[in-house]
Amino acid sequence: MRIKIHVWRQKSADDKGRMESHDLDGLTPDMSFLEMLDCLNEKLTVEGAEPVAFDHDCREGVCGSCSMVVNGEAHGPRRETTTCQLYMRSFEDGAEIFVEPFRAAAFPIVRDLVVDRSAFDRIIQAGGYISNHSGPKPEPNSIPIEPIVQEAALDAASCIGCGACVAACPNGSAMLFTSAKVSHLGLMPQGQTERYDRVESMVNQMEEEGFGSCRNYAECEAQCPKGISIAFIGRMNADYLKSQLVQPDDRRGKMHAQ
Amino acid sequence: MLNLDAKLPGGPIEEAWTNHKDQLRLVGPNNRPNYKVLVVGTGLAGASAAASMAAMGYQVESFCFQDSPRRAHSIAAQGGINASKNYRNDGDSTWRLFTDTQKGGDFRAREANVYRLAELSTAIIDQCVAQGVPFAREYGGKLANRSFGGVLVERTFYCRGETGQQLLLGAYSAMQEQIAAKRIKMHTRTEVMDFIVVDGKLRGLITRDLTTGEFKRHSADAVVLATGGYGNVFYLSTNAKGSNVSSLMRAYKRGAGFANPCFTQIHPTSIPASGDYQSKLTLMSESLRNDGRIWVPRKEGDNRAPVDIPEAERFYYLEERYPRFGNLVPRDVAARNAKDVCDQGLGVGPTGYGVYLDFAAAIKEKGADAVKAKYSNLFEMYERITDDDPVKTPMRIYPAVHYTMGGLWVDYNLMTSIPGLYAAGESNFADHGANRLGASSLMQCLADGYFIVPVTIGDYLSRVEPGEIGTDHEEFEKVESEVIEQTSKLLSINGERSSQSFHRELGKIMWEHCGIARSKESLEEGLEKIPKLRDEFWSNLRVAGESNHLNQTLEHAGRVADFMDFGELMCQDALAREESCGCHLREEYQTEENEAKRNDDEFAFVSVFEHKGDGQKPELNKESLAFEAFPLATRNYKS
Repeated sequence: MRIKIHVWRQKSADDKGRMESHDLDGLTPDMSFLEMLDCLNEKLTVEGAEPVAFDHDCREGVCGSCSMVVNGEAHGPRRETTTCQLYMRSFEDGAEIFVEPFRAAAFPIVRDLVVDRSAFDRIIQAGGYISNHSGPKPEPNSIPIEPIVQEAALDAASCIGCGACVAACPNGSAMLFTSAKVSHLGLMPQGQTERYDRVESMVNQMEEEGFGSCRNYAECEAQCPKGISIAFIGRMNADYLKSQLVQPDDRRGKMHAQ
Repeated sequence: MLNLDAKLPGGPIEEAWTNHKDQLRLVGPNNRPNYKVLVVGTGLAGASAAASMAAMGYQVESFCFQDSPRRAHSIAAQGGINASKNYRNDGDSTWRLFTDTQKGGDFRAREANVYRLAELSTAIIDQCVAQGVPFAREYGGKLANRSFGGVLVERTFYCRGETGQQLLLGAYSAMQEQIAAKRIKMHTRTEVMDFIVVDGKLRGLITRDLTTGEFKRHSADAVVLATGGYGNVFYLSTNAKGSNVSSLMRAYKRGAGFANPCFTQIHPTSIPASGDYQSKLTLMSESLRNDGRIWVPRKEGDNRAPVDIPEAERFYYLEERYPRFGNLVPRDVAARNAKDVCDQGLGVGPTGYGVYLDFAAAIKEKGADAVKAKYSNLFEMYERITDDDPVKTPMRIYPAVHYTMGGLWVDYNLMTSIPGLYAAGESNFADHGANRLGASSLMQCLADGYFIVPVTIGDYLSRVEPGEIGTDHEEFEKVESEVIEQTSKLLSINGERSSQSFHRELGKIMWEHCGIARSKESLEEGLEKIPKLRDEFWSNLRVAGESNHLNQTLEHAGRVADFMDFGELMCQDALAREESCGCHLREEYQTEENEAKRNDDEFAFVSVFEHKGDGQKPELNKESLAFEAFPLATRNYKS
């Protein structure tokens, strides 16, 4: 099988960047999309050119490293599929394929298809955890959790943090990502103590990072490789509103002073 | 000669860890912020160790080569995590988990470590639930369990097929809490290049910023390595593409002993490679063998579609060779037989290295819907990758390198033979012997990271002066210039072959000569081929670009260079171990029924290799293993 690939090349964040075209022959439909890029890079290396940089690691759809827009869609044409799990049989022989990085104001380009998604880590740092030390903890069965609640929390927790939602959104919003973590922890009984502090500071951090606002386009859900539902965004908005209405006194300074 | 004092606690094994902890020296809370501990790797072991030590008050810095600490390959573990909670009232206990692990490891692990692992297993579940890990629940809201290979109790906790992901996100969140509190300084997209050892103690490391190419010096009072396994020495494995042996090899060359490097677990049911371009292998859960029948055509080169091959012309080799266990023989036996029939030319698929796993009989008996429901996510995953529907046509499977039991030698405190350097998780050797049981790797990573290293490291730190050696010490200068020199060397060879092609060729050599079954002859041949390939690597490699920007081929070339040296070490170990045990099968040492034949009189020891300089043969040190609490027994699949 042969294809024509147009791929984004950009040396650094300051470089302007451009599309570069290559003809590739001898591919097979059973090849994964990233293996096709491996072939392109092998060809470039042997020709003495610089290979295309792209993030990838587990290549089984769960680490969230791969981050490219294929023919205008984050992770390409197959629903609920990361780029590494996309196979060349999804394209026709002779196809023209356009590959670009995840584009968003809050995801600066590092090189070629590699972007900086550290803003996601900073959103989690703002409160995406249940405060803990390591050591003896209560017996887990002492707090029963309804399976339906646990399943819903797991639906949210399945987010792999790839950033496709941001790349898919016309506004570059990170609401789906943020709401998935807020909902995962906010649904579980363990997460109740910090629930409203958490949603407030995570949403604030999200805005500080320069992500856009949600306008209910729902492209994030459509292009999410894990099928995370936008219902979680509604849930986060409700929690955020509540956090603004029932603002508890922040007594932590006093606690530490003792 | 390495000092292999394992510092094993005396007394009854049931009280050993408690007594040992009580004897350890501690660092007080006021003093902990003065000590700097570096943690390399952010998988389950690294993330849990970093978060736990930071919460105690130590000054922690953490390193990963990925763009975020949430991506390490622990995330891909599917099945579950063992813990002897005995929630099912089926007779489980710490003792059972201990003996199951010892038997599974074919008695090549250190007894006291294994017991401690079993003992800590239940606290891991408590810790993870407190973090918000959404483990599966039963209708009454209590934690659910599933059964897993090779044991007679149900003790595996799980989150659908994404247990590793949820556990890692729990540890990652704990880390993020500490980063926000400024107790962890995180370095992403950073590769550790080498270690600084001064007066026999680990004092720091040199890193390369993968985005800017900048080399940096980091001083430390102690370093924890949690860099995972080295299955990628075979090129094709179920590991992530970035998984590598570089940190372990660097530490080995600076004086850390490398234990049992040849112990590699090969999983029998992975999706086979479909061509030479194949970049990695994906596992299909072993549970499929409960309903699938494994076969190949009897006739060599039979190209008919599997459904067109009549029953009489099918070779159900496991059922014929092992009538009592049939398709449910242990992992190593299933893997070996698949290779055997393919080597005879009976394999199927485009490469000839695959066998059928056929669900037709189960579908006929139970109905397509029932079988599909039982394995739905696996059937979907298989179809996504191969475009074949396992309901209509048999799956094709083949064994794949999955996990490496070997790693840096550590004592009971998880400290390597370089004082101040610790190894946790898959990167140490201690708990799984010659074979790891399913759902035990997550357990070991978290036991090491949450509960062992954070306690034992204080014993060492309490004996050193914090910040004694700064980055201006001459050893930093020396090692940094060596690292820079090696990087420029990789860039200046300017030959004709990519690092990828060398890696692939090395993988083929390793698979052929040190793979599922090994023999003196094949290993010796491998040991001749590897140095030749290494010579070609250093004279004909091409790395494009420069060192001062993101350069993924340069990163890869550096890792392949270390895999070359490591591959040799692995073959040397496999050659020296003249017995079969667990996953290590030497063709010369088998019973009449082709079972692994252990030699406890001569080989009940840990092989610990000591680097003697490049081009020199490493010295083999031995730590003999005692089996006092649970005496040696032969693995038996027959009754």
